Amino acid sequence: MPIHYYIVLALALFSIGVTGVLTRRNAIIIFMCVELMLNAVNLLLVAFSKMHAAKLAAFDMAGNVGAEAQIFVFFIMVVAAAEVSVGLAIIVMMYRNIHSVDVNFLNRLKH
Amino acid sequence: MANSFSSLVYWVPLLPLIGFLINGLCRNYLSKSLTGIIGSGVILISFILSVLIFNETRAESDALIVKLFDFINTNDLKIPFAFQVDRLSALFLLIITGVGFLIHLYSTAYMHEESDVHFARYFAYLNLFVFNMLLLVLGANYLIMFIGWEGVGLCSYLLIGYWFKNVDYGAAARKAFVMNRIGDLGFLLGLFFLLQQFGTLNYVSIMPAATGASVAVLTTITLLLFVGATGKSAQIPLYTWLPDAMAGPTPVSALIHAATMVTAGIYMIARSNILYTLSPVTQTVVTVIGLATALLAATIALKQNDIKKVLAYSTVSQLGYMFVGLGVGAYTGAVFHVMTHAFFKALLFLGAGSVIHAMHHEQDIRKMGGLAKKLPHTHWTFLVGCIAIAGIPPFSGFFSKDEILIGAYNVSPILYWIGLLGALMTAFYMFRLYATTFRGSFRGTHEQEHHLHESPLSMVLPLIVLALLAIVSGFIGIPELFAKDAHWLQKYLAPVFAQSNELAHAHHITHETEYILLGVSITLILVVVVYAWKRFASKPDLSEPSGFGKLLSNKWYVDELYAAIISKPLEQLSSFTLKFVEKKSIDGAVNGTGKLVQWSARQIRFWQSGQVGNYILWMVVGLVAVIVLMTTIFS
Repeated sequence: MPIHYYIVLALALFSIGVTGVLTRRNAIIIFMCVELMLNAVNLLLVAFSKMHAAKLAAFDMAGNVGAEAQIFVFFIMVVAAAEVSVGLAIIVMMYRNIHSVDVNFLNRLKH
Repeated sequence: MANSFSSLVYWVPLLPLIGFLINGLCRNYLSKSLTGIIGSGVILISFILSVLIFNETRAESDALIVKLFDFINTNDLKIPFAFQVDRLSALFLLIITGVGFLIHLYSTAYMHEESDVHFARYFAYLNLFVFNMLLLVLGANYLIMFIGWEGVGLCSYLLIGYWFKNVDYGAAARKAFVMNRIGDLGFLLGLFFLLQQFGTLNYVSIMPAATGASVAVLTTITLLLFVGATGKSAQIPLYTWLPDAMAGPTPVSALIHAATMVTAGIYMIARSNILYTLSPVTQTVVTVIGLATALLAATIALKQNDIKKVLAYSTVSQLGYMFVGLGVGAYTGAVFHVMTHAFFKALLFLGAGSVIHAMHHEQDIRKMGGLAKKLPHTHWTFLVGCIAIAGIPPFSGFFSKDEILIGAYNVSPILYWIGLLGALMTAFYMFRLYATTFRGSFRGTHEQEHHLHESPLSMVLPLIVLALLAIVSGFIGIPELFAKDAHWLQKYLAPVFAQSNELAHAHHITHETEYILLGVSITLILVVVVYAWKRFASKPDLSEPSGFGKLLSNKWYVDELYAAIISKPLEQLSSFTLKFVEKKSIDGAVNGTGKLVQWSARQIRFWQSGQVGNYILWMVVGLVAVIVLMTTIFS
């Protein structure tokens, strides 16, 4: 498939994510939208990696090129998982304190 | 050896410098008598040395250069620190140290009321003054002269402002300094032109080369040097400082007016006589300015009531005559008048000091009168001074003034008649001063009358010596009219002015004409003297002046004129720069920067709203902006 399909898809996902983050007030949805943006980037990384690998393979007889970006993506996933655990914990604490997950109520750093 | 003493010439200025250092540095520890002995003693030794040097120059007509060290020594410019001993400088040495010593001696008594520290300070300044004047006269090049030139300006400032607690005196001192500085600028520019033209400042190199220079260049140089002379020697337009210089102690006035300072300009022109002879335009300017000053100052002196002010304006007037002498090429006459004037003006000032001393610092002649009986020595010496300055033969002033006026007649008879008018005014105001002060009846308070006393010996002695000199010193310059080859001074100074006298082809008037002129002038002067004496002895002029007299007593409002055309605009300019440039522009820019930062900070503060949504929105906006920027730059 031509690369621009992936680019357009990633761009669409990212834009949906951005829009969601900007427009929604529910912390959990914002969170999901952030994940959406992350995954848009991941998708782009994998796509570009595949594209470059196809070009480089002609010069590299060992055939071990094109895997770096995919490994990078795994890193991102791991970091995102860690982030999710921390983020969800924060949201839980937030709900316990103010009985809401609306970020607009969260405009102070203290009570 | 013929020049054994002349080679020791550096001791002449060095001694006053040593006196200055001792009195200046040890002023807290020295007693008054010790200060007086040191201060006067160094001048006395200098005077003795000067006499010995003078004696040697009578046999030796060539100039002797005594080089001490290299002052400036670069590739293109070599200026040695050297002294030049010739007949002109030797004569000035005698005047400066001789009259200077008498004034020092007089000061020991006059200033006795001062505390020890200030007494020593006074003598330190006095010694420094003499030192600088000697430096000015002795220097073998214009730069050394300039050092002394600046030095006397500084010392006059220090001494005029000697009683520095009085604000007016401080202002008078500043005025003297500023006026002198204006002149000094001209002098300095003249030096640069000289350096550019001749590549050296040494007299011995410049004078022979002067004939080769173009007249335009010489005119520029001499005019600039003359600007310096108008400052130092109190000529129009820079003369106003000299009458104000009366703020200093009276012996200082005597020193400034007689021995030092004001003669500097005359000396400088006499020293550069060849340059002036070669530029007729400058000579005319010098003559006109000199004559105008002589007349203007004489008219002002007619209506002054402060004993020292009258003398001050008479000095300005007499200096005008000297410049007339220089302008018409009668250099010997000018130097002759410097000398006789030094004697009788020092005498008059010291006499006035004696009067002021006796009157307990009263200077208004309207409150004096009848002092002849109370102050006999002061009286007769003062009378001698008045006769001498009025130009009555055979006193000294007659010979010197006559020589200048005859020199002026040789150039143009009009100059002579205007000069004679000034001389008549001189006679009038001097005898008005004399008659009002010493004749008639006493007009002061009873207390003052009770305390009237003759001054101590150390004040009277200088008066007597100066009076004798004022009587006899004229005989060294007897005109050819009375006796052939009797003009000793002319013969003595001939080598100095030889080059100028060769160039100038003055046509001498016949003896008959000269007799007539002399007869007319002497008769007129005697008439004026008798009239002034009779009138002011019986009925002194006590009323407030009105009409034209008021104009004169207010000094033609020259000070006010200067204030209006120079000081006021300057003050307005500075208040404009203060209020607009400084306060509005510079302060405004600095304060505005601060205000702008504060204002923008107040506005930007609202960005930190605490709303997460806002932050994210701006983050996205920023990201988009970065991306747009990157794509536009890198595409």
